[in-house]
Parts: sequence; C-alpha cells; structure tokens
Amino acid sequence: MPELPRDSVGLVTPQTAHFDDPLLLVCGKTLPSYDLVYETYGTLNAERSNAVLICHALSGHHHAAGYHSETDRKPGWWNTHIGPGKSIDTNRFFVVSLNNLGGCHGSTGPSSTNPETGRLWGPDFPMVTVSDWVNSQVRLADHLGIERFAAIVGGSLGGMQVLQWTLSYPERLANAVVIAATPKLSAQNIAFNEVARQAIRSDRDFHDGWYAEHDTLPRHGLKLARMVGHITYLSEDAMGTKFGRELRFDDLNFGFDVDFEVESYLRYQGDAFSTSFDANTYLLMTKALDYFDPAAAHQGDLAKAVAPAQCPFLVVSFSTDWRFPPSRSKELVNALIRSGKSVSYANIDSPHGHDAFLMPEPRYQDVFSGFMNRIAKQLGLKPAQAQEAAHAF
Amino acid sequence: MRSDLSVIHDWVPQGSRVLDLGCGDGTLLHALAQDKGVSGYGLEIDPDGITSCIAKGVNVIEQNLDDGLANFDDNSCDLVIMTQALQALRRPDLMLDEMLRVARECIITFPNFAYWRHRVHLGLRGYMPVSKTLPHAWYDTPNIHLSTFNDFEALCRDKELAIIDRAVGIKDHEGRLMSRLWPNLFGEIAIFRVSRRNAASGQ
Repeated sequence: MPELPRDSVGLVTPQTAHFDDPLLLVCGKTLPSYDLVYETYGTLNAERSNAVLICHALSGHHHAAGYHSETDRKPGWWNTHIGPGKSIDTNRFFVVSLNNLGGCHGSTGPSSTNPETGRLWGPDFPMVTVSDWVNSQVRLADHLGIERFAAIVGGSLGGMQVLQWTLSYPERLANAVVIAATPKLSAQNIAFNEVARQAIRSDRDFHDGWYAEHDTLPRHGLKLARMVGHITYLSEDAMGTKFGRELRFDDLNFGFDVDFEVESYLRYQGDAFSTSFDANTYLLMTKALDYFDPAAAHQGDLAKAVAPAQCPFLVVSFSTDWRFPPSRSKELVNALIRSGKSVSYANIDSPHGHDAFLMPEPRYQDVFSGFMNRIAKQLGLKPAQAQEAAHAF
Repeated sequence: MRSDLSVIHDWVPQGSRVLDLGCGDGTLLHALAQDKGVSGYGLEIDPDGITSCIAKGVNVIEQNLDDGLANFDDNSCDLVIMTQALQALRRPDLMLDEMLRVARECIITFPNFAYWRHRVHLGLRGYMPVSKTLPHAWYDTPNIHLSTFNDFEALCRDKELAIIDRAVGIKDHEGRLMSRLWPNLFGEIAIFRVSRRNAASGQ
C-alpha cells in the first residue's frame, strides 16, 4: 500500500447535504430542492469558531485536499495550501470545500434529474450567479452549524465568491482572502469565455445541451474550450519554459498533426477535461463569471459597492497573471481603501501566470500562512493534538 | 524602536488615521495601533517587509512610492508618515505635495547628509560617507536624493509649508544638547513635522 504524504489531510470522503428549502435565484427561477457535495478537513472546535470555507474556481470542486483512495494519483486541487502545517493549517482550522450548484461533481446541476420532469436538467438548469452560490453556501454553513467563518478563501472565480460573501453576509465571516481574482471581468475576459462557449455550442454532438439524451458528449467543443482556457491560465514564460519549441518527434511532419510539445500538451489537457467535465456546467460557470460585477448596482462605483464589508481582507495577485492581472486586484484594493476597509495586498512574483494561485511559491506561502496564522492567534486556536495523531500514517 | 520612530510615536495623536509610506516591517504602525488606537495603511515594496506586516496584522499595500498616491483621496488621512524613504524617491518634492494632498500634516525622517561624521568622511577622507544610516556604497545605493536639515527647510520655505516641529535622531553616545543646538551638524537623522501653510494658520 503506498504511503500518503504526511503533510496531507490523508484520505477524505465527500459528503452530501440535501436541502428542501426552495432557493430563489437571481435569474428569477427557483430551485425547489438541491444537493451540495462537500468535503471537510480538520476538526470543528467546540466554539465552532475555526471554520474556513474554500470557494472553488471555474473547473474546481469539493475535492480541495487529500486523497480519495490510497491509489489516487493526484490529491485535491488545492492540496498545496491545505493540510497540517500548510497555509491553511488543518491542525488549527476546520476546512469546508464544496461543489457549487450547477456543478458536475455531485452537487445539483445540469446532469442531475429535474424533479418536476423526471428528465435530466440539461440546458434547462437555471442560470446560477456568484450571489446564488453564496446564498447556497450560507445554507450549507447553517447545515454544519457554522454561524461565522474564521475566514473565507478563494482563488479566481472563488475569489469573487469571497468578495460576494463580504457584501451579502458581512457578519458571517471574520476574514476574507481573495486570490488572483477581479471585481469584474474585462471585455477580453468575456471574449475568451465566449470563444469557449461557442466551441461547445457549435459541436454537432451538443444537441442544444441535450447531449446526454442523445447518448453522446460534445467532447470536441469542450476540448477546444479547455485548450483556449488553458492558454490564458499560463504565462508566456511558463509555456516557454515548459515547452519552448520542443518537437514531439524528430522531424516536422508538414501536416496538421502534432509537431510541437505544446500542441500535444494542450490536446492531452483538452481530451482529459472533455470527458471529466460537463459541457452545460462549463457554459453556466463561464456565464456566472461574466455576470459578476458588484459595482454595477452602484453606477460602477466599486468603493460604494464594498461598503457593507466589515472584515479584514487579504488580496493577492501574481505578476505574470494576464487572465486577471495585478491591476485588476488593485482595483479591488483601491476600492477597499477608498471605503476605509482593512486590507492588505501583495503581488507575488511568479512565472506561472493565473495558475500560480494553485502552486507552491515561498513568498505566496509566507504571505498566505502569515495571514492565516494571525487569524488563528486572534481566535486563540490551538493545534489539535488528536488531529495530528490521526494523520500520523 | 529606532530613535526616529520613537520620536514619531510620541508625536502621533490618539486615534489618528495614518498612512505610513515605506512602512518596512510594520513596527511603527503596529505600535501606534496598540498604544494609540491608530488605524490606516502602510505602503511597502520589500517582500519581507510586506510579509512581516501581514503576520503582525498591519494593513500593508504593495505599492511603489514612485508611482504616487493616486489611490488615496484628498484629505483621506489625518497624517502621512514617511521614515527613511524620502532620499530613495525619484522626486521627493513631488511626493511631499502628494503627502500633503492626502493629509494636512506629515512627518518625514531622512538621514542628514550634513551630519558631522559624514562631513568628516567626505571632507577629510574624500570618500562618499558610509554609515549606519547610509550603509550603501555610492554605486548601489537606493539613496539617490541625499539632503540635509538646511536643504529640507529650504524646500519647505519654497513650497510655503509650515514646519510644526523638528527633531533629531542621534546616536546614544552623542549629546542631545549639541544636536538640538546644531541639528545640521550633530543630527544623524532629520525628523520633520510639516503641514500646509493654511492648516497651520487655522484657515
């Protein structure tokens, strides 16, 4: 039996919470009932004061840390930062991570059954927004008996959910960590999303979103969507360093097969994604990204929009992120300053582009863990001995 | 605490809203928050300084001072502090304008180039001074605009700023009286508290 790394949260099992309270969505439709799939790491203390909510990015989900089985090749998507002794130290914090509504990893979404029709939701699944996700996450918090999170943390689309939390439920979180995010997408961001959506929607296997009923998948469209996305998540330098102009084979083939390593890599990533992710979910989530703009209700004045926020913020960006560049994080920081909020901002020098938020980088980890340690200190959180023992594999 | 920081600590009024430019590891803001209920932000570019601030719970914004303070509104702070950074800025005079736009009053400290040891170093030995307050060689120093007590006072006169207070940061073994009488000669660190002229006259 292979041994799991000692600094991981070890083996974890997803859980499902079922909700029968209808959820009114921003689009005007109502979800009569729904499931949310989530994982937890660490132990909720007696005061219920040490909970940290992790909000996931576009293609992430509830499996943020640890392994589902001893033979798992890869841990959860944010394993670098969640675990014993890591930035989000599970010896101190109780971590909750969920798959959002509309997702395709167990929570109610387009690939679930619509109770009213008995048919899969498919393209009929209502449009969900960042606000809707936050509203559903509040219900999950209630379900877990968490009145107030010690911190809510998220990168990219996850960072937008964190920001929305501070505006919708300011009294229910003590700290906010917004990483590699933006207060609203630029026209260029929306354009990339639209290319991705068109790639999916124009796949002949898409069948207007009813592909499951046709017993097929718009694999090709989803693969293209992911390839476009993937390019924007990496920096030019990161791609150059990783692949350069390396050839896959010894000679050029003077055709349209794979010549360069980078082509092979993108095709591989796209292929893997096209069978593991649901196309309708991808469409929904990119739209949720496009729609997010808390300043819109305040004539574009973000400083006014963030007025309800009460908690200290940590905002982090990465120097080579061109999907959500540092200037976008600074927009949020400046609005928070104008609004007189407590905020710290660090721009981390990293070659990895947008994806840097998932990677190990000493300065990033110092900043992140420095902020989390202070929260632990303020709350008087002690390392849980039992927890340590449980993970001494 | 560094001698200039302890002077500033005494000068800052209770409960002020402070902007600390080049706040380093956040020592001053942390002490001011603890002892005087001061709130505000520090600006810093040094990665280690930023990390220390965050760990201390000091609000720190990664920002290059040479890019200005456009993200801070007019009169949005009570006080802007800048310790040992003026001499490293591209345009100290423009920064002074910016500081007094954001707050009516500011406190500035910088190494006094006319300090007697510096004079000896340059005057007798003929080399650019290297000291505790000016620890770099001439070729790799970040301190590109060195000045003296007299220079700074002349700048304040030109800009019609009011010097509310002036103090010296000195080495422990040197006489306080000497540096008070002849700050330009015996003061190692210049400490100034200045405001807009109209603020001083209460208009």
